[in-house]
Amino acid sequence: MKLVYFASLRERIGLSEEDRELPADLRSVADLIGWLSAQDEVYAYAFSGGFARAAIDRKHAKPEASIAGAREIAFFPPMTGG
Amino acid sequence: MLKTIRVQDSPFDAAAEAEAMSKGRTEIGALVSFVGLCRDEAGTLATLELEHYPGMAETELERIAGEAEARWPLLGLTVIHRFGKIRPGEPIVLVICASSHRQAAFSAAEFLMDFLKSRAPFWKKEHRADGTQGGWVEAKDADEAALDRWKA
Repeated sequence: MKLVYFASLRERIGLSEEDRELPADLRSVADLIGWLSAQDEVYAYAFSGGFARAAIDRKHAKPEASIAGAREIAFFPPMTGG
Repeated sequence: MLKTIRVQDSPFDAAAEAEAMSKGRTEIGALVSFVGLCRDEAGTLATLELEHYPGMAETELERIAGEAEARWPLLGLTVIHRFGKIRPGEPIVLVICASSHRQAAFSAAEFLMDFLKSRAPFWKKEHRADGTQGGWVEAKDADEAALDRWKA
C-alpha cells in the first residue's frame, strides 16, 4: 500500500511517501493509524492528538472508512488553503 | 457553462480571468470576483509556502465547483489556487462566479471559498523575515463552522 504524508505530518514522520505491506486484518483508516502508531514511536507522535485527516485514493475519508482495495492512502493535518 | 479550474505555482491576473469569462457574452448579468491575498499582519512574514496534494487538489476543487453548479444557476465559474512560495501582497486564490443575477453569483463565490478553505488539500507554512520558520498555519474552528450555514 502506498502511504503519503503532507505538511506537519510529513515533517513529523520524516517521509513524504512509503510503500508498506499491511496486515490483512486492518479494516479502516483508524485501524491503519493504530497499527502505524504501534510500529514506531515516530508515528505514534505524528498521529497523537487525533487531528490527522485522511484521504483514500485522493478522496476525503473518515476514520471508519474501509481501506479495502485502496491504492493510495494519504494523511495530513486539517487543511489551511484559500 | 464556462468552467476553469487550475492549480498552479505562477501568479494569476484576476482582471484577465474575469474578462475571459465575460467576453462576448451578453447573458451574464452579474460577475463576482474574489481574490485571496497573502497577508502580513505584523511585518514579520517573508513568504508563505503552500504545500498541496497534487492530483487531489484539482479533483477536490472540481468536486466543490460541481456542488456550486448544482446549487446555483451559474453561467461561469473560475477557481485558481496557487501553491509554492508566495510573498506578502501576492494573490493566492481566485474565485469568479457569473450568473444572470447577483444573488447566485455572490452566494456561489462565498460557498466556494468556504469549502475550498477547509476541504481543498492545501497547507500554509510561514517563513519569517528574520530567517526563522514561523511554522504551519493552524486551521481555525471558524472555518469549519462556516460550512454549517450551507447545510440544506
